[in-house]
Order: sequence, then structure tokens, then C-alpha cells
Amino acid sequence: MSNIVGIEHDRVTNTTSTDFPGYSPDSVGMDWDLEKFKKTFKLDIKYISERTANFDLIGIDTSISNAFRRIMIAEVPSVAAENVYIFNNTSVIQDEVLAHRIGLVPLKVDPDQLSWINKEADEKDKFTDDNTIVLSLDIACTKNPNANSNSTDPDNLYRNHKVYAKHLKFEPQGRQVELFANNPVIPCDPNILLAKLRPGQEISLRVHCILGIGSDHAKFSPVSTASYRLLPVINITKPIVGKDALEFKDCFPSGVIDINEKGEAFVKDARKDTVSREVLRHEQFDGKVKLGRRRDHFIFNIESTGAMPPEEIFFKSVRILRNKAEYLRSCPIGNLN
Amino acid sequence: MATGIKREYDDAFDDLLNPVYKGKSLTDPINTAEDKWNLLPAFLKVKGLVKQHLDSYNYFVDVDLKKIVQANEKVLSDVDPDFYLKYLDIRVGYKSKADPKQIEVLYPPHECRLRDMTYSAPIYVDVEYTRGRKIIIHRDLEIGRMPIMLRSNKCVLNGRTENEMAYLNECPLDPGGYFIVNGTEKVILVQEQLSKNRIIVEADDKKGIVQASVTSSTHERKSKTYVVTKNDKIYLKHNSISEEVPIVIVLKAAGIVSDLEVLQLVCGDDSVYQDIFAVNFEEAAKLGVYTQKEALEYIGRKVKTIRRMNAPKLTLIQEGIEAIASTLIAHLSVENLDFREKAIYIAIMTRRVVMTMHNSKLVDDRDYVGNKRLELAGQLMSLLFEDLFKKFNNDFKMNLDKILKKPSRASEFDALLHINIHSNNITTGLNRAISTGNWSLKRFKMERAGVTHVLSRLSYISALGMMTRISSQFEKSRKVSGPRALQPSQFGMLCTSDTPEGEACGLVKNLALMTHITTDDEETPIRKLCYILGAENINIADSSTLHTNGTYGVYLNGTLTATTRYPIKFVNNFRYLRRTGRVSAFVSIYTNVHQNAVHIAADGGRICRPLIIVENGKSKVTADHLAKLKNGEWEFDDFLVNGLVEYLDVNEENDSLIALYEKDVFLATTHLEIEPFTVLGAVAGLIPYPHHNQSPRNTYQCAMGKQAIGAIAYNQFRRIDTLLYLMCYPQQPMVKSKTIELIQYDKLPAGQNATVAVMSYSGYDIEDALVLNKSSIDRGFGRCQVFRKNTAILKRYPNHSKDILAGMRVNEDGEPIWQHTALGPDGLGEVGMRVQSGQIYVNKCVPTNASESVLGGPNQQAQPQQQTHRDQPMVYRAPEPSYIDQVMMSVSDNDQALIKVLLRQTRRPELGDKFSSRHGQKGVCGIIVQQEDMPFNDQGVCPDIIMNPHGFPSRMTVGKMLELVSGKAGVLDGSLQYGTCFGGSKLEDMSKILVDKGFNYSGKDMLYSGITGECLQAYIFFGPIYYQKLKHMVLDKMHARARGPRAVLTRQPTEGRSRDGGLRLGEMERDCVIAYGASQLLLERLMLSSDAFDVDVCNTCGLMGYNGWCPTCKTSETIIKMTIPYAAKLLFQELISMNIAPRLKLGDVF
Repeated sequence: MSNIVGIEHDRVTNTTSTDFPGYSPDSVGMDWDLEKFKKTFKLDIKYISERTANFDLIGIDTSISNAFRRIMIAEVPSVAAENVYIFNNTSVIQDEVLAHRIGLVPLKVDPDQLSWINKEADEKDKFTDDNTIVLSLDIACTKNPNANSNSTDPDNLYRNHKVYAKHLKFEPQGRQVELFANNPVIPCDPNILLAKLRPGQEISLRVHCILGIGSDHAKFSPVSTASYRLLPVINITKPIVGKDALEFKDCFPSGVIDINEKGEAFVKDARKDTVSREVLRHEQFDGKVKLGRRRDHFIFNIESTGAMPPEEIFFKSVRILRNKAEYLRSCPIGNLN
Repeated sequence: MATGIKREYDDAFDDLLNPVYKGKSLTDPINTAEDKWNLLPAFLKVKGLVKQHLDSYNYFVDVDLKKIVQANEKVLSDVDPDFYLKYLDIRVGYKSKADPKQIEVLYPPHECRLRDMTYSAPIYVDVEYTRGRKIIIHRDLEIGRMPIMLRSNKCVLNGRTENEMAYLNECPLDPGGYFIVNGTEKVILVQEQLSKNRIIVEADDKKGIVQASVTSSTHERKSKTYVVTKNDKIYLKHNSISEEVPIVIVLKAAGIVSDLEVLQLVCGDDSVYQDIFAVNFEEAAKLGVYTQKEALEYIGRKVKTIRRMNAPKLTLIQEGIEAIASTLIAHLSVENLDFREKAIYIAIMTRRVVMTMHNSKLVDDRDYVGNKRLELAGQLMSLLFEDLFKKFNNDFKMNLDKILKKPSRASEFDALLHINIHSNNITTGLNRAISTGNWSLKRFKMERAGVTHVLSRLSYISALGMMTRISSQFEKSRKVSGPRALQPSQFGMLCTSDTPEGEACGLVKNLALMTHITTDDEETPIRKLCYILGAENINIADSSTLHTNGTYGVYLNGTLTATTRYPIKFVNNFRYLRRTGRVSAFVSIYTNVHQNAVHIAADGGRICRPLIIVENGKSKVTADHLAKLKNGEWEFDDFLVNGLVEYLDVNEENDSLIALYEKDVFLATTHLEIEPFTVLGAVAGLIPYPHHNQSPRNTYQCAMGKQAIGAIAYNQFRRIDTLLYLMCYPQQPMVKSKTIELIQYDKLPAGQNATVAVMSYSGYDIEDALVLNKSSIDRGFGRCQVFRKNTAILKRYPNHSKDILAGMRVNEDGEPIWQHTALGPDGLGEVGMRVQSGQIYVNKCVPTNASESVLGGPNQQAQPQQQTHRDQPMVYRAPEPSYIDQVMMSVSDNDQALIKVLLRQTRRPELGDKFSSRHGQKGVCGIIVQQEDMPFNDQGVCPDIIMNPHGFPSRMTVGKMLELVSGKAGVLDGSLQYGTCFGGSKLEDMSKILVDKGFNYSGKDMLYSGITGECLQAYIFFGPIYYQKLKHMVLDKMHARARGPRAVLTRQPTEGRSRDGGLRLGEMERDCVIAYGASQLLLERLMLSSDAFDVDVCNTCGLMGYNGWCPTCKTSETIIKMTIPYAAKLLFQELISMNIAPRLKLGDVF
């Protein structure tokens, strides 16, 4: 079977991979082979920025790449606020809602610097300088004495009337003073609005941030999203020329299809296609084009929340998957070799 | 005042008037066909959504109140003929010298809400009375306090800007139109009833009865007069006349003595009618009644005389005159014994009966909206006030007489000193009626319950929906479909979708968006105008000309007042005057060809709506006018004044040819619809693309939109309501409608735009269950808060003891004990503290000696040092903890300390919570799935909600699909799309956007399974749909019990969750167990687990004894112990108490 997922106007065909032994008589030589994999596997990095990474995994099974995706979303640990101790909150926003908002603020902490918290431990010994980051927020809104009197703009009238994530102050505890001396804990995005205040209102609270994973709560997920798509394939089976070619070109995002000097449409860059299937709506292209996607070509897109570089998130996912495999191998039942 | 209103709405309405609709702004060319909808926001700007309530109340306090006082202006004494007291004027809220705009209100509305007080203003009267020989005028005498309708012209909120409203803690979007009585917001619902003072002809084909009836209603009384057929003869029937009177006799009694004239008045020269009617002359002749005197005596004999004590006895003829003059057709007043008007009225009724006897199609339809009148708060209040005012005067008079009777008085008598004593009657009477909803009027012997309702503050929409609600007087239990059916005449007046399901279906209705309810207009000027326009006065017209061919009767409020031979010209002239503003815009005039009648209606309670006038096939509203409206030069009233737009009531609508769109206008068209979506009301207006939905779905959504949790008002965090649901992050819908903008739902929304995948997932989505994404919930989707009020009153007792607050109790370490953790040193819960089940939030103590007498006897001094107070704390009992949100301490009306504690819970969606889209598609959360297991698309977007596609085929909610496509296009485009009824963003345009943004035109995406990572084999319909979280949450409903409290009488487990009751094994369940044969299970469920009771049964007498002793047989030998249900034991004892001896005969089972 081919490794092209068929895109038809009303359905998707050939979605599952069948290249494993025992599927059919001719799948005998389909055993997974490290050497073969090393030869065929390719990792092609398109771009990596501070927050996003875009790369292709080619020649890998869906289950593995999906495992990476799932682990990145749910199992790569990161640090987020877990306990909020509110001393005073006279703002309109309720304690729980404020705490929830603080919890969702992504923090720039290397999760490797912290250890896991012992959930069974006593409330008193639970938090140590080893496993907890303490942030504090103490802010009070006042009137701006130099305000322009006939202005109604709150920015002009009041001071500190908007509480942002940047107002969360890191309070290093114990050995954290040295540990985080060079890279203090700050929110990744300083301008996340947490609350609005008016003169006379104030917020005073302490936050305990701990290590956690995304499957416990979305705030621990290190990625905004981590996902992949399959590489689109456009197969022009019969030449499309002239006016049709122009129309054909318009069925795709710009840059996917080009027209050569003969006036014939050709696929310039299928990777840019969004697979909108628009072309399948037009009768004149019936039987002239076949859409598909490469089943073993994953275009990964990882958007980090900012706590870690995206590539590191991916590496960690690989590490976690390996550890899982390792664990499985050492399990008594799974210990076959 | 007008400027005041303008100012008040300007902030909010400005952006409404100039929205960039369909990419159009002020500078764009104006197209009348598309832009005439701007009249709608302009209409709402002057009228508002609850204007009917405000208008009615304003009319009551400004006009009706003065009329009532005028009608009852004098109080005379039976004892002293020289004494009189006369009311000169009455005012609500301001003194005679003060500025009428400065209303004296003691406390602003929000303070009244918080402190459980009534929002009211004083009622001042000016009186003139005699003191000795002097006539004294006293101004500004307060006779009581009048509850003020919020936002009426007597309310402090009238004409406030948004800033001033904020200062008063009021929400500028709150519609007003309700009262605050004892701290609760009360609405007087609009009542629908059959129109008063109009002839209604009905026929019963089976019995062959035709009857014309008229309900006469005046300030004094209500009565119903019938003209009925009996064996093809016509009679007059009335409650206070003991038997039916032949119609000819009645007419003779009313002064139409000649048979010829009777025939002329009833039948005209139509021989068919004459044949039908002729038999009635025989009837009169048979009874020997020929003259007016004989007729009056005949009637006098039949009158049921209910005379008051010591009233003089009347002769038969006097009785007859009295009956004709004041009992029959009571709404027509008779002056100088001139019965002609009344005679003609009865003759017309008879004619209608004769006509219907001839042609049974001429009956009136009771359910026709034109035959209905709506009774509003103002009318009801005026009925109540008149009753109370009369009682007030009566009491005052009784008091006077009592004092004046005494022969010698030390000082000169001053009546004023005695008027104030009762001043509480009016206040409490008004308050009690509004707060209980019981309208009991002595005059009409009227006893109506359930007139007022507590304003539902579940959501902004529910409050708004309540203000437009109309309740019918019709009984809910009767099984007739007529009154419940959707009447074609409801079009544009009453919402076609918004009605509850179940027993009140079709009886409770809602006003459409652009309606107005009229208030009473003066009759006299209109009558004069009719004569000026060339109609002949009926009282001087010749009877023979009345029904001649081509003569049309002119009926003013149902009474024939004039005739005209040029009805078309007359009507046209009249309309012309109305359009030029010489006659009130709300007076309606229409021709009824079947009755040869021109009807003019100026009474209150008619529903009407504005329409654009079309003349000569051209709409009078042109682009020019709309441009003026847009740049603020013109208001809606300018359109009225300039005769471009006019109000039509249902009857006049029937006489017009109204084009729906400008393209449909042709030469005969008289009017043009302003905007078709105004057939829906405010609540149904929330639904996107409702014209694509199956109609019951829209009705379901109307019911559910009121249960949606969202923002309630701008002052929602200042409110302390019994129960308040708020959503943490409400969003305005991606797909909105013009109605949403008009009612400003986008500012107080109740729901969130959820990304929905329409697909099957797991098995937990059957039967409309939804699959929720856990990460979405983590991030705040569907998160809501529940606020609950708890009130404590620190009472004072007659013996000077009072309730107190005790401080918190501490243990040895100085830490508060667990129950008192949430308390502060003052014994009140501290704001922000968590209270768990069993903890105390108000540590109240009541005195132990509260019931002791006021006069402390000697025994009180004997033990002075005993404990004086007993704990009676308020303990929190709920499965989940709450947080203390607010603690309010105040003083109520009667000087008792009032403590309100507001407790807050924040809830994230959980399994079983109820959600609904805006298309009547509700569902509960069936499973919460991790984000990584959710399907995702090329962009990595995963759904917040997965909805099962089986929800679509049978429900046929195509609007929901369109909402998804439009929403998706809006998301990709960065724009808000419209789903307005009969309009909205077009599907083709939306598909175009989708394709341009690289998506499939259909809205279906290719998704990857989150679990396997492979592509799904089907394309999935994927996009945003606005989802509402409904108030039904599992946390409020979950209930289980192993053992618990039992009812005292039967010793069976209590019933209901609130009493920690048991779960009943009901009759049908019992049947199952019997059928299965599990007798021991049955025994256990029905007796052992319920009310098993050991009794001692005496085997000789078969009665029950106790302690192993039979008191009947005086022996313990034959006592047998057995177990029976306590209820059975109770039954036996009750039977014994009724002298029935149930004897138990015991035998061996095996």
C-alpha cells in the first residue's frame, strides 16, 4: 500500500499505516529495523524562533510522532503557580478568579532547577527552597496627583490601576538566591492583565509555584499548542492548461501552484497547501488532480509558552518517551529480551 | 424631560445609531431598502424596551391619580352639614412649591434593595376644608407613600447619565419598569383580557344560540350585558335582572316606543333582517307591553333588588328607570333620563345578533388580538389606589362623624388632626398588594392573585424577558386550543416564538420588539372632530337613515356616535389629521365593511406598532430622511410628526396593505414594514438564523436563554440577591444579530464561543451529551460563580432583651475553635474566609428570657446571674465549601439590625452540568477529555466541545450549522458576523471567506485523532458555536442517603433533597420487584428500610397492646410480638378513633 493518505471530496482514505509484520502476506520483511530506520528517517528543521519551532519528521510512524505530540502537551513538566495565599484583595475580582488568572501566567523558570513536590508531605514541610518558587504581588492603586483634571482616561487619572503579570515579584528562598541570581523568575509575557484596580483598592498576595504536568492542569503545559500536519501531496494526473490552469491556481493558496511557460499548471510547493479541497469542487478538474498527504511526513509545529525553548520541549518529550520505554522494558511482564 | 431622556441614552445608543453595518458607515450612500432599519434603534431610543410599563405608570401618577382624586374629591359629614373637605390636587414625590423634577425619594433604589425597604415617594394632597367658620387650604399633606417604578418619571434614575447611574450603584442597561418592595424587585406582568366596552358576537352552532355581549367597565363597577337568542327570539340578559327580557320591551323601556322605529334601528329596510326580527314584536305584544311605562314596569319587576340598608324603597317604574339608566350597558352614562344613546347601543347589539342569525360567519373572534386589551401596571395600580383612597376617605369620614357627634368640644374641631391617623393604610395597602400579588378590590369584588412576580435575575435576558411578558387571564387547566394558538393577527405585535412549553403554552406571550401599548386618550375632542369632519351626530339623526344603504356608522370606542355617507373620505381626512399631529398618534381608525362601520379607538391597552407610510406606491421615508436620522438631526418622533411613519393597531393593520420589502410596494400599498425581524421579541432575537430553524427549537431556546448563566448587570457585584449565578469570562457571540445589539446583549452576555467539532467521540456523547475538553475547562471555559444570600435579623423583644452577636470562641492556644475559623472577633464571618460544612458564619445568640413578661416580676430578681443568651448561630451546610463574599450590616425599617452574608462558590464545569447552544439544543456534559486525546486540525486547534451529529437530523436546526460557518468565517476574518432573522451574513459570503483563508467552503476540516494520531476518515464540521451554561448544575442536585431524618407522623424517611430525604422505591418499581418475585427485597425496601415498627398484638381481640399487655383483654397471655409498618399501625389507630375496630387475625405462615 502506498503511504499517501487519499483526500477525496467527501472522505479521507488510507488513513492507517499497514507496514507492520503480520498485516498481509507480503509484510514479512516489515519488521522494524534500526539500521533501516536510521537510513530513512530524516529530521528537517524549517525554522526555530524563541517561541516556535517548525520542523519535519520524515519516515517515522504515526504512533511515535503522535506520542511526541501528546507528551509535549501533557507530560513535559513546567512550573506554574499552584497555591495563592491572599492577604488582602479589595479589588472587584474575586480571590478564586484572581488565583486562577495568576495560575495561567507562564513563568520563565527552568523546570530542571526544581524538584517534584511530595504531595503526601505535611503542609508545613511541603514547600522548600528545593521545590517551590515564591512570587509576591503587592500593589495598591492611588490617584495620580498630577492628573489632567478634565481627563477621563484611567491611565491618566490613576496609578497602578492595571495589575499586570510583571507586577509579580520573585522572592528567592534559601539557596535560590544564588541559583537564580542570573536568571530571576519572571513571567514570560509581562503584560498579561491580571486585574484592574481603582484608588483605594489593593492586592497583596503570595504565590507558591511548583512543578507539574499538563495532564494535571493546562497551566503546567509548556506549549500553547504542539501539533503536526501531514505533508500535502498534489498529483496532477492530466495536464491542466490555459484558463483552467489559472483557475486551478486560484484553488490553492498562493505559491502552491505555478504555471510554466507552456501555460501548464505544475505543483510548485505542495507544503504550502492548506488542503482546503477547493479544487475538488470544480467539475473541470474532475479526474485531473489527486490530492493526498504523506502519512510518514509530519510537519511539526510547536509553540512554547515561553518557559522553555520549543526545541527543548521536543527533546524532553523524546527523553520522556524513552524513559517510558525503558520503564516498560524493565517491567516484569514486558521483560522479554 | 425629553432632553433628559435623550441624555440618558446617548452614551449607550450613539454607537448603535451609527454602527458600521455590512461595512457601511456614515459617509456611505444610503439605500432606503437596507437602511430603514435604523428607525428601529431610533424607536427604541425614545421608547425603550419596557416603555409600555413606564408609560403606563407615568400616566397613572400624572393623569389618572388626579382623575381619581377628582372623582372622589369631597368628604362630607353626615352629622355636620357645614363641614366639607375637598381635595384640590395630588402629587407624587414633590411638594407644591418644589420643582416637579426633584423627586423626594428617601433612599435610592439600590439602598432599598440592600436594606429590604420599599422604594417609594410621598403622596402629597392639597386640601380645602372648614374649620369652624373658616375655610382653610392646607397644602402638601402626606397621605401615604407610593411605590415608585424604576426609571419612571418619578424615579431618581430618570434622565441620569451613565456616570450618575454608576454613582447610584445602578446598572445603566437595567431596563427598569419594576418596583422594589421590601427589598425584592417586583414586576406587575402585563395582563391580557378581552376588550372592555366592546360588543362581541358569538354563536354556538350546536345549540343555535347567537349572543352579543358587552362588558361594561367604569370606575364604579363592572357588569356584563348580553343580547341572546332563545328559540329564535331575542332577549336581553343581565346579571342583576332575574330573567331574560324580550328585546323589544327593553327598547321600549329605553324610549323607542314605536315598533316602526325599533325595526328601523335594528333592521333598517332590509327585508331579510325584518323577517328574522319580526317575531320579537309578538313577544312584547303577548306580554301586553306597548308603552314605555309598561316596559319600565315590566323590567322593574324583574330587577333583582339588592338595596342597601335604610335606602328608600323604589316604585316599580323607578326600578325600571334605574336599571336602564345605570345597570344596563353601564359604561354609557345617562343624563336627564335621555336614553337614546343607550337605546341605539342596544339596538346595534340586536342588529349584530340579527345579522349573525342570518349569516353565521359574522361572529367575532375572541382570540383575535384586535379584540384584546392589555392591562398594565398603571391601570392595576390605579384600581388599587382608588380602592384604598376611597377606604381612606371612608375611614376619615367615620372618624369625623364619631367626633362631630359628641355635643360639646373643648376646642375648635380641626379635621386635619384626624386625617393623619390612617395615613399608613394607603402605604401598606399598596405595599402589600405589590409584594404578595393579591389584588383585592372591594368595589368590583375582584380577587386576583399572582398579579406580581419577583423579577427573575437569573440572567439579563430573563429580567428583560420578564418585562415584555404578557399573561393571559385564561385558565391554564382548560383544554381548548383556540386561545393558545398562534393568531395571524399577532404578527409584529407579539413574538411568534417566545412562549413557555407545557400548561402555559400560548397563554403566556411576549411583546415583539417594536410595539407600543396605548394609554387612554380623551374621547370628547375626538367626538367633536368627527362632527367637524362632517359626520352627523347620532342623537339628532333620524332613525330611518341609520341603516340605509351607503350610510356608515362612526363608532367611537365601540359606541355609535355619528353616521357618515362618505366613509372613505371621512377616514382619509381623519388619518390626515392624525398624520399631521392634530390627533394623538395612537388613535386608530378603520373601516369595517361587513358592519358598515368606521371604528375609532382611543382606549388604552391596544397594541400598536409603527409602520412607514406609503403613498402613491412610494415610501414616504426617503434616503434624505434616513441621512438626517443617522447624523442625529432627526429622532424617531420627527418621523411621526412629519407624517412619514405612523402607529397602527391590529384593527387598523387589517384595513391596510403592508409591504414587507420596498420591492413589493405597488400602487395600492398603504404601508411598508420597517424591519421584518421585529416579528420576534427581545428573547427570540438572540437566536442566530432563526428563520432556518424548525420553529419549536426557537421556542425552546427562548425558554433556555433565560436560564443561561452570564453577566446580569453592571452592578452585579454590588447586589446581594438570594441566588445569583455569574459567569467568570462571558463573551459576546461571534454571530450576533441586530436585536442583540439593540438590547445590548453584547454588553451583558451569557455564554462563550466554544470551538465545536460535530463528531462522535467515545460513547459518552449519546443522547445529546457533550464531550468537554479538560484544558479548556482549566483555562476558564464555562467557569461560573454562585452567590447565595443568608440573612440574619437581630430581633428586639418586648421585655427589652435582644439578640446579640457573640464573638468567636478560642481554644487553649488562643486559636479559634474549628467551627469559628471563619469568624472575626465581632462574631461575623470575615470577608474572604472559607466556610466549610458545619462552620459558623454569623454567631447569633438569642435571649433565653425573650418570652418573659415586660414587667419584671420578683422572680426575675431572684436569679439574676443565670445565663441570659443561648447560641443560635448560622451554620453553613453544603457539600462544597463557600467563601464569604460580602457581609452587610444595616438597620431595617423597624429598627432591627439586619445582617446579610453573601457566600460565593466558584465552579468549574463538571460531569452532568447542562449546556445549550442558542438553538434549543441542550445537553449535559458526558465526559471530560484530556486535551491530548482531543482531535486536532492542521493548525493544532482542538475543540472545546464535541457534539454528537445525531443532534441534527431530527432537530433540523440548520441555523446552528449556519452559525458555525459564519462564526468560523468571523474568527478567520477578525470580524463579527450577523445572524439576524430574515437577513444576516449570507452563507455564500461566509464560504468565500473560508476558502480565502485556506479552509474548505463547507466548514468541514480534516482532523487528526488525538489518540492514534491518524487522520479521521470523515471530514468534521468544525468551528465556533456560542454555548450557554445553564443554571442546572450537578452540585445543586446531587443527593444520596443511607440513613437520615424521618417524618414525625409516619416515621418514614423524609422526602426531598433539601430535607436529606430518602430515594423512593415507587409504585412502578414495586411492580417490577413483585413481577420478579423478590419478596424479601420488597419487604426490606418497603418496611425494614422505611418504617418498621414492633407492635404487641393480642391474638384474642386482634387489637394492639403495649409492653406485652393487652389493655382490652387485660391479659398478657395471648400477646404476640410482630413487626408492621408504622404507617399501618397509624392507620389502625386512626380507624379505632373513628369507631372502626380493625382486628388482626394472626395465623402461621408455614
